[in-house]
Amino acid sequence: MKKIDVGKKILDANEKCAFENIMFLAEREKLCLNMISSPGSGKTTILARTINELKGKVRIGVIEGDIQTDIDAERIRATGAPAVQINTDGACHLSAAQIGEALKKLPIQDLDLIIIENVGNLVCPSAFELGESAKVAVLSVAEGDDKPAKYPAIFAKSKVLLINKIDLLEAGYADFDIERAKADARRLNKAIEIFPISAKTGQGMQIWYDWLLGAVKQNATQR
Amino acid sequence: MHETMVAQSLVAIISEEAARQEGKPVGAKISCGSLNAVNDEVLCFAFEAIAKGTLCEGVRLDIEHKPLQARCRSCSRDFDVEFSHPQCPACSSGDFELLPDAPLVIEQIEFQTDGGDEED
Repeated sequence: MKKIDVGKKILDANEKCAFENIMFLAEREKLCLNMISSPGSGKTTILARTINELKGKVRIGVIEGDIQTDIDAERIRATGAPAVQINTDGACHLSAAQIGEALKKLPIQDLDLIIIENVGNLVCPSAFELGESAKVAVLSVAEGDDKPAKYPAIFAKSKVLLINKIDLLEAGYADFDIERAKADARRLNKAIEIFPISAKTGQGMQIWYDWLLGAVKQNATQR
Repeated sequence: MHETMVAQSLVAIISEEAARQEGKPVGAKISCGSLNAVNDEVLCFAFEAIAKGTLCEGVRLDIEHKPLQARCRSCSRDFDVEFSHPQCPACSSGDFELLPDAPLVIEQIEFQTDGGDEED
């Protein structure tokens, strides 16, 4: 019996591609966010509203990840923003190589911000770096306030948490203790910014827009 | 679900190493952090399925989970994070910075060398 020390990262191929994406974005001074949530939390609605509201202030391009269809990319294109759809054909997350290809398809010189809408899944996408500047987690109140405690990885790794569909809460259609969700999300990540919003009514969205504008500005001045 | 991708990667790495070594690979030691969403049973199942009919068939996986670590902002001590109640064991502060989670690493591969005929 002989033992050989290998010491090799298993997801090395993905990390190399993620690093190439970081370099690609840095050279062009573009901010890139990776949006992660369960299916149906409202990611696309948040993006469409954000793009419309920030027209003339930030030029946003979107990379959409779904198992099938280009429904989401079409919704984004309806706002006038460029969108590239990736179909993963069953895979539960986007990989850095797919993002590298998609970045080349966007009119990158005409954009300030690229937002990746990952495959709806609160678990796997958090384990795959795509070369993004930051992760944004979305949790809708219909999913339950226990999710940050049950699925800690994505909340530990995100810079922002958007708690969406708070209009349901105020109408009495959901039981969701926002303070509990906040406390659990902050247990591992004290610095996480948490914005309760409704992408449907627009409630709370201004704070998210301000955060985005600040992040884009900071990214531009850092270089 | 992405354990399949991890398993594919493992089979590729072990096969590559096996091409350089004598003997048949029989075991692989893997380490991973606490935030990379890998379930042992699912990974072993996926590995078995993908390894079938390859050099890696029958390779036993030994998976070590490394705890998530944090650095206390009050007393600067590094400690293992307990998910249900994370706090510094030295000063009980809950103000800490998470350290990068350990990556998925294939640490070691074990080969059977049956000391017999190596003529071919």
